[in-house]
Amino acid sequence: MSEAPAAPPAGSADPAPAHGIDLLLKPPRPRAAWRLLPARVGAMCAVELQKLRHDRTELYTRAVQPALWLLIFGQTFTRIRAIPTGGIPYVDYLAPGIIAQSAMFIAIFYGIQIIWERDAGILNKLLVTPTPRSALITGKAFAAGVKSLVQAVVVLLIAALLGVALTWNPLKLLAVAAIVVLGSAFFSCLSMTIAGIVLSRDRLMGFGQAITMPLFFGSNALYPVSVMPGWLQAASRANPLSYEVDALRGLLLGTPHHLASDFAVLLVAAALGVTAASALLGRLAR
Amino acid sequence: MTRDTGRRQADAVACTGLAHAFDDTSAVDGLDLTVRPGEVFGLLGPNGAGKTTAIRCITTLLPVPAGMVRVFGHDAAGDRMAVRRLLGYVPQQLSADAGLTGRENVALFARVFDVPRRERAERVAQALAAVDLADAADRLAATYSGGMVRRLELAQALVSAPRLLILDEPTIGLDPIARTGVWEHIGAVRAATGMTVLVTTHYMDEADQYCDRVALMHRGRIRALGTPAELRERLGARRRAAPGALPTLEDVFRDVAGSGLDDEAGDFRDVRSTRRTARRVG
Repeated sequence: MSEAPAAPPAGSADPAPAHGIDLLLKPPRPRAAWRLLPARVGAMCAVELQKLRHDRTELYTRAVQPALWLLIFGQTFTRIRAIPTGGIPYVDYLAPGIIAQSAMFIAIFYGIQIIWERDAGILNKLLVTPTPRSALITGKAFAAGVKSLVQAVVVLLIAALLGVALTWNPLKLLAVAAIVVLGSAFFSCLSMTIAGIVLSRDRLMGFGQAITMPLFFGSNALYPVSVMPGWLQAASRANPLSYEVDALRGLLLGTPHHLASDFAVLLVAAALGVTAASALLGRLAR
Repeated sequence: MTRDTGRRQADAVACTGLAHAFDDTSAVDGLDLTVRPGEVFGLLGPNGAGKTTAIRCITTLLPVPAGMVRVFGHDAAGDRMAVRRLLGYVPQQLSADAGLTGRENVALFARVFDVPRRERAERVAQALAAVDLADAADRLAATYSGGMVRRLELAQALVSAPRLLILDEPTIGLDPIARTGVWEHIGAVRAATGMTVLVTTHYMDEADQYCDRVALMHRGRIRALGTPAELRERLGARRRAAPGALPTLEDVFRDVAGSGLDDEAGDFRDVRSTRRTARRVG
């Protein structure tokens, strides 16, 4: 056992009183219950944006894969004309699918972050604040949504540079943002739910890799549902990514869509995800 | 408030018959503990003694399946949000977010404790100044030394003006100068605010020097309780030690834990976490 640190000498400089601490004597007043959820969501989103501001490496490296999808896969299949796209170039058809895919890839591994926060003690510290677990999960889910949204903007710019004919209607872009955030909120909750079950980063990594490709290829991101075999069409109808892509394609390209039902499905999926992840958060707090 | 309202001031912490088990393993077994308002109380014990489980019940991280836990009169099982508003918590791990600046780390906790926007910046600045981090406030926490990170965590806990500050092994892995710095700041803030401090530590010398009272836990229960001097004197009297050769608190610890230290105490994750923390601050 090491020696005790020296006691502060009598009359030594007192670190605290040298500065005003009047505010540290007064506990803040609790917010009204209805303001608590948006406040926590705001706090978690702010943290995500601050981290992105300090380190943009992930933003750049994560842009490589979607760029390659659009540049190589998109350009090649545009020339082949093998996939029925309703008369639009394949790269245009593909762009909303790649936006949804890159947002999902960020969100689906968000559970790793919560396990890291558990191991670092950050999660326990947050759980000892006056934040209900459902508010904490909702905050994290929307923070993942914000991170995905920044990524979506990058992919959108790449698509525009490649000549994809996207809408620049601000209202439609706002709706695109809402769809991306909602979709990412669901996938991050799915990830945090799995984190609450498997409890380890390595296992979650395995699960994440096992489900991302089936979710991607089992959706309408690369090809229309109508060309899929029957069993895959059924799976696609249960896949929230399909609804996200359908909405994004409709908003960005003006293709036929079901915006109201797409939005409703994503909203319900996100709500169910928050419920499941909140219920399992206690397992991570042990 | 509660049934304790008859008393002049509710105890900072009151545990009565607290029990908690993980599957078949009893971690806390009928814990009775009282922490008085304003004191620095040390909860000591070997690995697996039940300190962390007890702390987690007090902080509402774990449910209270048996017994009762009250924090300033609020039931930790039934009134969790009220209890959390009274707490500042520093876990054993280095829990500051390395990807944020010191100021952003503290601001996050100001936000989740509902500090209004108009006073947030000033309150964060005061918390950082109280732990001597004003000059480093806009540096990423990744660039801080171990002692600075511990002080940053202290600022995170202080920003909500807690009445009870709970510190789990706050000086683990720090060099003696950094340990002194951390304790100096705990002492200064406590003197200025009058808050209660509940601390767990393995360093008996620190407990002897800085705690008003200590409890020695072993196998889920309190085995000795009193001021460090009282505990040393009690053991000295039993051993008939000469007045000038009183046993140390470490001797008291060994006397309480005896040879019954449990080889299986402290699971793999606990030990890994402790080592990781020590490595990061070192």
